[in-house]
Amino acid sequence: MLLIPCPWCGPRDETEFHYGGQAHVAYPADPGALTDEEWARYLFFRDNPEGAFAERWSHAAGCRRWFNAVRDTATNRIHAVYRPGEPRPVTG
Amino acid sequence: MTRAAAGGRIDRSRVLRFRFDGRDLTGHPGDTLASALLAAGVRRVATSVRFGRPRGIFSAGPEEPNAIVQIEEPFPEPMLTATTVELYDGLVARGLSGRGRLADRPDPARYDAVHAHCDVLVVGAGPAGLSAARAAAADGARVIVADEQPEPGGVLLGLPGGVPPGSLAPPGAVPSGSLGLSGALPLVSGESAGPPGAEWAAATAAELSRLPEVRVLPRTTVVGHYDGNHLVAVERRTAHLGAAAPAWMARERVWRIRARRVVLATGAHERPIAFAGNDLPGVMLAGAARTYANRYAVLPGRRAVVFTTDDAAYAAALDLAGAGVRILAVADARPGPNGRWRERVREHGIEVLAGGVVAEARGTGEVTSVVTGDGREFEADLLLVSGGWNPVVHLFCQVGGTVRFDDGLQAFVPDTPPPAVEVAGAARGLTSLHDCLADGAAAGTRAAEALGGGGSRAGTGRPGTGRDRQAGGGSPERRGGVRRAADGAPQANGHALWLVPADDCSTHFVDLQRDVTVADIRRATGAGLRSVEHVKRHTTAGTAHDQGKTSGTLVPAIVAGELGVHVREVGVTSFRPPYTPVSFAALAGRDRGALHDPVRVTPMHGWHVERGAVFENAGQWKRPRYYPREGEDMAAAVLRECRAVRGGAGAMDVSTLGKIEVRGPDAAGFLDRLYTNLMGTLRPGSIRYGVMCRADGMVFDDGTVIRLAEDRFLATTTTGNAAAVLDWMEEWLQTEWPSLRVYCTSVTEQWATVALAGPAARDVLSGLAPRLAADAADFPFMTWRDTEVAGMPARVCRISFSGELAYEINVGAWHGPALWSAVLDTGRVTPYGTEAMHVLRAEKGYPIIGQDTDGTVTPADLGMEWMISKKKADFVGRRSLTRADTVRRDRRHLVGLLPEDPGLLIPEGTQLVEHERLPAPPVRSLGHVTSSYLGAGLGRTFALALVSGGRDRIGDRIFAVLDGGQAPVAVASPVLYDPEGARRDG
Ligand SMILES: [Zn+2]
Repeated sequence: MLLIPCPWCGPRDETEFHYGGQAHVAYPADPGALTDEEWARYLFFRDNPEGAFAERWSHAAGCRRWFNAVRDTATNRIHAVYRPGEPRPVTG
Repeated sequence: MTRAAAGGRIDRSRVLRFRFDGRDLTGHPGDTLASALLAAGVRRVATSVRFGRPRGIFSAGPEEPNAIVQIEEPFPEPMLTATTVELYDGLVARGLSGRGRLADRPDPARYDAVHAHCDVLVVGAGPAGLSAARAAAADGARVIVADEQPEPGGVLLGLPGGVPPGSLAPPGAVPSGSLGLSGALPLVSGESAGPPGAEWAAATAAELSRLPEVRVLPRTTVVGHYDGNHLVAVERRTAHLGAAAPAWMARERVWRIRARRVVLATGAHERPIAFAGNDLPGVMLAGAARTYANRYAVLPGRRAVVFTTDDAAYAAALDLAGAGVRILAVADARPGPNGRWRERVREHGIEVLAGGVVAEARGTGEVTSVVTGDGREFEADLLLVSGGWNPVVHLFCQVGGTVRFDDGLQAFVPDTPPPAVEVAGAARGLTSLHDCLADGAAAGTRAAEALGGGGSRAGTGRPGTGRDRQAGGGSPERRGGVRRAADGAPQANGHALWLVPADDCSTHFVDLQRDVTVADIRRATGAGLRSVEHVKRHTTAGTAHDQGKTSGTLVPAIVAGELGVHVREVGVTSFRPPYTPVSFAALAGRDRGALHDPVRVTPMHGWHVERGAVFENAGQWKRPRYYPREGEDMAAAVLRECRAVRGGAGAMDVSTLGKIEVRGPDAAGFLDRLYTNLMGTLRPGSIRYGVMCRADGMVFDDGTVIRLAEDRFLATTTTGNAAAVLDWMEEWLQTEWPSLRVYCTSVTEQWATVALAGPAARDVLSGLAPRLAADAADFPFMTWRDTEVAGMPARVCRISFSGELAYEINVGAWHGPALWSAVLDTGRVTPYGTEAMHVLRAEKGYPIIGQDTDGTVTPADLGMEWMISKKKADFVGRRSLTRADTVRRDRRHLVGLLPEDPGLLIPEGTQLVEHERLPAPPVRSLGHVTSSYLGAGLGRTFALALVSGGRDRIGDRIFAVLDGGQAPVAVASPVLYDPEGARRDG
């Protein structure tokens, strides 16, 4: 079980969290202006890297706040956590 | 009897009575079931699962593949290994053949869970583990030591050396004895330079237990090692007490431990060699036989042959010889056995066959003779086998450590460790006691120092510091090559011998528990399998409940031999938790029965129970489904409740509906972005029905929204979706629209709500709320009023989920029972449950989200185009409603179905087709039935269904696929009852 460092609460067990998929997939400013392909890309296409991955988590059974984490999908190590709206930090 | 007259770590002053396979036998405290069986001369313990071959005791620990038993008394427990069952008085057990049986009655024992945190968790209390724990504790770390045995010491417990009279050894002293793993000469009994190993272990553990920040857990097996050093262990607290176990004490406890650093001191398992008849009772791992002789004072045979590929078995041979077993020969497969060992055993008159092998163990039911490779046949009842030692890397690999094949040791050893994990002692391939002690101490110090010194009082605990890469790999020995034992003697390398070649390998067993032989592996590789994972699945080797602890290296090595490649290229199969089997009872702990899941009840629950309501679960809620009267079945009760609502007045407890207060200056705009229709134009005092979609345009939830004030709304949700809707709102607010000034608060449990429905509802309400102007003109549909009902402050909403004139009366939760009683005490109102509610709403074509929808249904599919605002620029899901897929004409629409037989109730889930007679498959499905009832208002059966192009098929005759044949049904509008809505205003 992951030990996830909530940026507000500190490290907590994974069972307290809810996973939110890839981070930095912004809701398009004007969905009506998008083609079907562009909209489908927003809806259905997500990265699936082996390695560092910026993803969203919600501390659902804690402070109930969302944040982003950079996790290595191969080792499960969490390299950074940061708040929504903040840019993805550079991690090693 | 084969018990030696003296020695061993058993308490001969007490006799324990037990029964095995119908025989009454005895043993002593300190025995396992296996040692007591061997002491009683029981050779055959179990029967193999595939071939029905006799099987005896093969090992002395959790790696046992053969001796699988069923406990019958004091409480049935299947599939235990006799080698790990501590003997107790009154034990009744029998041998199994691959399958046990679960208890036929509830387990009266309690099971519990513990959550713990520590700086350093040490797994294993053998020499390396105890040294590690002591070193870490000395550095101020908070330490937990978990060990599977009843007493500390690990391998030391099986070394020679009785318990001398007198006190415990001084804790700092170094124990004597040879692990039998190394080239170092053993110190047999009487030669000890230090205290006996078990004495040292007991003293060290006692010293540790006295420290305030150290916890030593005996009888505790760490079964899982997960990310972030989360480890799960099972502590067996009372099973060894049998019927004398105190009822107040948890039988087992699951420990969930979060450790900042972990030291794995899990030791090594001896492995067998594949040769003909290597499964017969009497064939035993050499180290296990040594343990039985030293620890339990049991002689597992009288005349023995030893078959080995390394030095380990020599120590076993000497100890057994010293205990009175006649060792006939040592067949050492190495061309040049260790000369010093050879001399040592020759002093005892034991012949060494250099380069010798055992070709076959012979006997019917058990070993009676052993044939060596040179054709000699020895009359023997015991065959000790040592094919080398496998470091126990299970936990290490579970958490992501990688292994490499060590040519010196001829085994897979830890390579790259996971973060914050150390491996110490035999678990990383060390073979001398001296090395294991030193290595454990070094690992314990490294672990404590990595925390920044001072243990939990300092350090960041951040994973991934540079030290991690050093852990477990710091010793120069790690790279293989020449090893030097403690005494400076060159250490004999392991010798690669996995199987003794033969034409017929059908009794060369590799996995004893699954009855997998070398012949089976050859068939797998012969069929073209090259991956060891595929061979595992094809042959089932390694898949039994021992998870291949004794076969795990043998299988890849034999596969490699067949493929003509090095075993390192074949590798090992994945190690997955649990390390040893865990009972479901232990995992469940206290979370069973009524405590399995939280139960939510409304304030009026007591009344429902008292009136004999039949309940159904809606998420965690208990909701009355119907209230049967004397002699009524469900159908009769539901029909009566429906008629009461259609003909008079009914009341339902709807307090479970989710209620979320949405508040703030931007609340209206926020709701406009989530609901498909306009909420911002709603006036305070009014109510609007709303639908929410996911971004993909599929309906997610529905409910009413009431506007309490300019900046304040109350949104209701379906009972099951309340938490999900709140999460949904929070997600958008926090991640996409953080600038919106909106707060969402769940108020579901703050309100008690009674739905009052039926043509008489206004009359009833007026009687209860004399100050309320209840006329249709004064209190129109989809508005709400604050008033008093039965003297209580109440908010009354005029909404309907039945098509009848209806109100929802909300009061503070505390007032719920009083309101409910007041409504029913009018004598004019019938309580109704969820089933009647479902029928009433279905007659009106109102869908239940999650029953009539399944995440693939758009508002348009439900016939709710009118709910999709044309005025709003956007709402979540809008763009998806014009995708090519969502505008297909043949999408499945919600329609009504009327069976031609008005008494036929079509089961929900029934498939619908165009054909009166089913053609040969494949048959295209038009859709399926989502709701199906006997309608009181309609006076007949009906259904709702999702049907391809359904609205274009209204009036068509299609067919429901039933067990007895096809039933014709007419497609209809989903609104079957009162389509004009004439009844809404009463
Ligand atoms: Zn938090």
